[in-house]
Amino acid sequence: MRDIRKILKERILILDGAMGTMLQRYKFTEADFRGERFKDWPSPLQGNNDLLSLTQPEAIAAIHAKYLEAGADIIETNTFSCTTIAMADYHMEDLVHELNYEAAKIARKVADEFTAKEPDKPRFVAGSIGPTNKTASMSPDVNDPGYRAVSFNDLRLAYKQQIEALVDGGVDLLLVETIFDTLNAKAALFAIEEVKEERNLDIPVMVSGTITDASGRTLSGQTAEAFLISISHIPILSVGFNCALGASQLVPHLEVLAAKTDFAVSAHPNAGLPNAFGEYDETAGQMAAQIREYMEKGLVNIVGGCCGTTPEHISAMAALVKDYKPRKVGSI
Amino acid sequence: MINEEANIQSRVGNHQGNRCLKLSGLEPLIVTPESNFINVGERTNVAGSRKFLRLIKEEKFEEALDVARHQVEGGAQVIDINMDDGLIEGKEAMVKYLNLLMAEPDIARVPIMIDSSKWEIIEAGLQVVQGKSVVNSISLKEGKEQFVQHAKLIRRYGAAVVVMAFDEVGQADTFERRVEITKRSYDILVNEVKFAPEDIIFDLNVFPVATGMDEHRRNAIDFIEATKWVRENLPYSSVSGGISNVSFSFRGNNPVREAMHSVFLYHAIKAGMNMGIVNPTMLEVYDDIPKDLLEHVEDVILDRRDDATERLLDFAESVVGKAKENKVDLSWREEPLQNRITRALVKGIDQYIVEDVETARKSVDKPIEVIEGHLMTGMNVVGDLFGSGKMFLPQVVKSARVMKKAVAYLLPYIEEEKKNNPDAVAGGAAGKILMATVKGDVHDIGKNIVSVVLACNNYEIIDLGVMVPPEKIIEAAKKENVDIIGLSGLITPSLDEMVFLAKEMQRQNFNVPLLIGGATTSKAHTAVKIDIEYQNAVVHVNDASRAVTVVGDLLQKETSDTYKQSIKLDYETFRDKFKNRAKHKEYRSLADARANKFQIDWKNTNIVKPTTMGIQVIEDLDLGKLLPFIDWTPFFRSWELHGRYPAILTDEVVGVQAKELFSDAQDMLKDVLHNKLLKAKAVFGLFKANTVQEDDIEIEGEDKKFVFRTLRQQLKKREGVPNFALSDFIAPKDEGIEDYIGCFCVSTGFGTAELADEFVKDHDDYNAIMIKALADRLAEAFAEYLHKEVRMKYWGYAKDEELSNEELINESYKGIRPAPGYPACPDHLEKLTLWQVLGVKEKIGVELTESLAMWPAASVSGYYFANPEARYFGLGKIKEDQVRDFAERKGMPIEEAQKWLSPNISED
Repeated sequence: MRDIRKILKERILILDGAMGTMLQRYKFTEADFRGERFKDWPSPLQGNNDLLSLTQPEAIAAIHAKYLEAGADIIETNTFSCTTIAMADYHMEDLVHELNYEAAKIARKVADEFTAKEPDKPRFVAGSIGPTNKTASMSPDVNDPGYRAVSFNDLRLAYKQQIEALVDGGVDLLLVETIFDTLNAKAALFAIEEVKEERNLDIPVMVSGTITDASGRTLSGQTAEAFLISISHIPILSVGFNCALGASQLVPHLEVLAAKTDFAVSAHPNAGLPNAFGEYDETAGQMAAQIREYMEKGLVNIVGGCCGTTPEHISAMAALVKDYKPRKVGSI
Repeated sequence: MINEEANIQSRVGNHQGNRCLKLSGLEPLIVTPESNFINVGERTNVAGSRKFLRLIKEEKFEEALDVARHQVEGGAQVIDINMDDGLIEGKEAMVKYLNLLMAEPDIARVPIMIDSSKWEIIEAGLQVVQGKSVVNSISLKEGKEQFVQHAKLIRRYGAAVVVMAFDEVGQADTFERRVEITKRSYDILVNEVKFAPEDIIFDLNVFPVATGMDEHRRNAIDFIEATKWVRENLPYSSVSGGISNVSFSFRGNNPVREAMHSVFLYHAIKAGMNMGIVNPTMLEVYDDIPKDLLEHVEDVILDRRDDATERLLDFAESVVGKAKENKVDLSWREEPLQNRITRALVKGIDQYIVEDVETARKSVDKPIEVIEGHLMTGMNVVGDLFGSGKMFLPQVVKSARVMKKAVAYLLPYIEEEKKNNPDAVAGGAAGKILMATVKGDVHDIGKNIVSVVLACNNYEIIDLGVMVPPEKIIEAAKKENVDIIGLSGLITPSLDEMVFLAKEMQRQNFNVPLLIGGATTSKAHTAVKIDIEYQNAVVHVNDASRAVTVVGDLLQKETSDTYKQSIKLDYETFRDKFKNRAKHKEYRSLADARANKFQIDWKNTNIVKPTTMGIQVIEDLDLGKLLPFIDWTPFFRSWELHGRYPAILTDEVVGVQAKELFSDAQDMLKDVLHNKLLKAKAVFGLFKANTVQEDDIEIEGEDKKFVFRTLRQQLKKREGVPNFALSDFIAPKDEGIEDYIGCFCVSTGFGTAELADEFVKDHDDYNAIMIKALADRLAEAFAEYLHKEVRMKYWGYAKDEELSNEELINESYKGIRPAPGYPACPDHLEKLTLWQVLGVKEKIGVELTESLAMWPAASVSGYYFANPEARYFGLGKIKEDQVRDFAERKGMPIEEAQKWLSPNISED
């Protein structure tokens, strides 16, 4: 397979869209989530999307296939919450290795089928690594600002377990995404470096932060540039932003990254901001129109979608990027 | 594939281009070649700031955050945080402080410099900051392997690093060594660790110049040239350093120091130094330095002449002279009488007071009206200024001196008036306060200061002096019908005395408030141990300015009851909080603690036999020899001026006052030296010694054997950290190795009490307090001096220790001199043995009180341990099993052991 680092210099790559949005269409019930294997599991499981890699693997594979058909170069594994920390809500800490491993396998298989059909357009699998549901540099208790619900070491160990399973399952890339607390991300990057060293592995890493609102800062308070400086200590493939904001709201922050980094820049925004019902209703055409600004300003090397995006959105983006040259990158 | 070469090669074809040091807090800090010098704030460093140390020790983290905030507001672009202190759990403090700091966006916006000599503290710090920090520091000191290992981790945590020019051989102190070490460090970091070169900051060691030693002449110029070399030959790296070291030998002469700092910085920055720790108040503007001074300073910094140092020294004297030459402005003498009296009181000028008081006396009907009118008007101004922080303690004490002189002059007239007119009632004082230093304790500087300040505020003071037995306090309180009783103490057994007195007051149905103060007292002890014994108010007051408000609140008729109730309630909540402190510490059993003792490889330890064994006496040391050894910082603290000497002399707030106090102290010191007013005596001895039964040290005295009982830490620490006892530093008997220990007692207190009495008689409390404070400093200096003599001469294990830059600055030497009553051996009981071993009382006349305080008070006693592994530690809390064991070893009833050790017995 061709090296993604070379391809990145030639064209803009397309990342897939939302997994959750697509899964909602299946309207899975509690029983569907449980399947045969977890029918007696003591806690409710509906909503544990990552579990579907085990109980509804065909659905996961079908969604991957739809995104690849829509033109995605990179698909994300269904593992956003697959750490012992995030899985504690479902008491599924012991399943973390299996969940990551199987999810990676599913994505790998579908991606390989597409590469085989169209060898000029190799497809890549990115292991999705979410932020967990705890934060290492903020206190959940307003009365005790010095308290921390999770430590760097807790996070490092949890991430390491996830990363090892994803690598075992055959992912091409690792994507640390939706970073609302940079310290959590640094623990993930630390774990990645450990795994790389222990396995003598050279796996490209994508890093994607989240600017939470109009303040222009991450939830943990950093500006875009401070965030960039805080995660640039190890060689990464790309840095970018995803989630929370729609495509046009991300522009000023992507401009900062594009001007200040030698790494590739990625963006996978939401389909606009959620409406009163928490749904995203920006259409594929509307979103693509905004993303055109990225291209014209030469801001990105990788673009895709987050919450509310569908294969239609991705297809529109794929059609768009063909006409544009990628942003110039340094040595990655 | 990742292009490893890219680590060094600049990234071509890219519109961002330049590689430079980039750091972040919540916001970025980018250090480009065009950036101005980056100033690192250093007040959040327990080693550099007494105040910060105290706040951290007392767990006042909120206030400690203010220190950081002020620095950021004051323009610090990075803040250096250091928690390295023997009495602090450094790792815990670092994590807690950083966690709290991260919740303060106005502080957390700047990057953090995590500063520690302990890797575990650095790593703990790295794990709690989200931004890109700087680690301060690593070096090749412990060898390449550790250097590489730490550097690798630092990179992985995403931080930049300060690399000290230090290697296995030592600290770089020449141009060549700086080049050699930085080059080697750089190559290892960049080529082997793949550390980004722009993330490397070299600390090239700023060393003092003009020390009088030839080998120090090039210290500054070597640094500057090495800076230039580093910036030219080690691409993208930065250079940093702590500036104030360069002027170390001109301590006390700030005009010269400030000029030296500016000149040094001017040239170092030109050479490429782009970052550093500078105290902005110790910096003269380069262009404002007088031409002649500039020339002399540059001669020294740039090593331009053979006689540069001598010339600067000569010139420096004239600079000091100039600074001192205050023009005396006497225009105030033309003002109205009341203004003159007020001014004399506020400024502490006693020259004209008798003259003015006489004028006042002639203008009124009764002499007492001068006190109630003119003088009190002036003293009220003093009180207001002090209360609002615009006057400082030494000034107030000087005011009191003027007041006393005035009153003394008026007294005969008042007596005369009384005789002639017995019905005239003299104006009453605002209240009567009894002050005493408790039984067994001899320290009274603090008590005297509080007394003077209260007297200034029109309270009548009944001062019973030092070593006052409880029955005498009770009796005097009844007889004088006092309104408040104030107790003071410095040594730990005094705490029990205070508890006893509170019980006694309760038993005898006293109903006056009790004030508690002195170095060993605390709000915690007062709340937990004293307050519960006495129904009326008990208040812990540790400084003179608070004493005035507290006493005012206690005695003000309208508010007194409410205030007393609120105090009781406050102490009750404090007590509850104290008892429910979240951390329950874990302890080891004594047996386990012993099993985890500090291990010294005795087979491979080089034990030096003392050159001169046995006991020596110094009858009358020339006090002049002690001057270079005086640590002035505690002197200022005893006058409630807080800050580190010499920086305190230029402190924005207290600088002027500190300077004046210092100059008064110098004058008195000259007088003491010239007229031999104090006598410095010492007895010390070096003996064969071995550790027996784990924690005891058996020594061969002159004619018999003695045993010192040491105490062992029992707090459970993390794996690999030993539980220390002093006995660990002496070879165990069963090793069959001959080892040694030293004992000493020094005193400069002979003559102090007499001098102080003279001053008091002369209504001069200011100088009475001054002489005691100076005697204390001289005693500490004597201890330091003698330790050095012992190391270099009498024991001789460090014959060549002098003359090294490193030690000059760090004041670090091998061996320790712990003192009974201090953290490593907090029980005072061993002083009894020490007295027997050396024959202290017989040989030099220093005695022990029933609470084992030394008399005269300006005395220091302790042990010498020479083993290079010996270190200071704090005993911390111990458990009941050790108390029992200790009692058995000492052959005393367990209750007695409990009494002596009580401050150290854990209550968990």
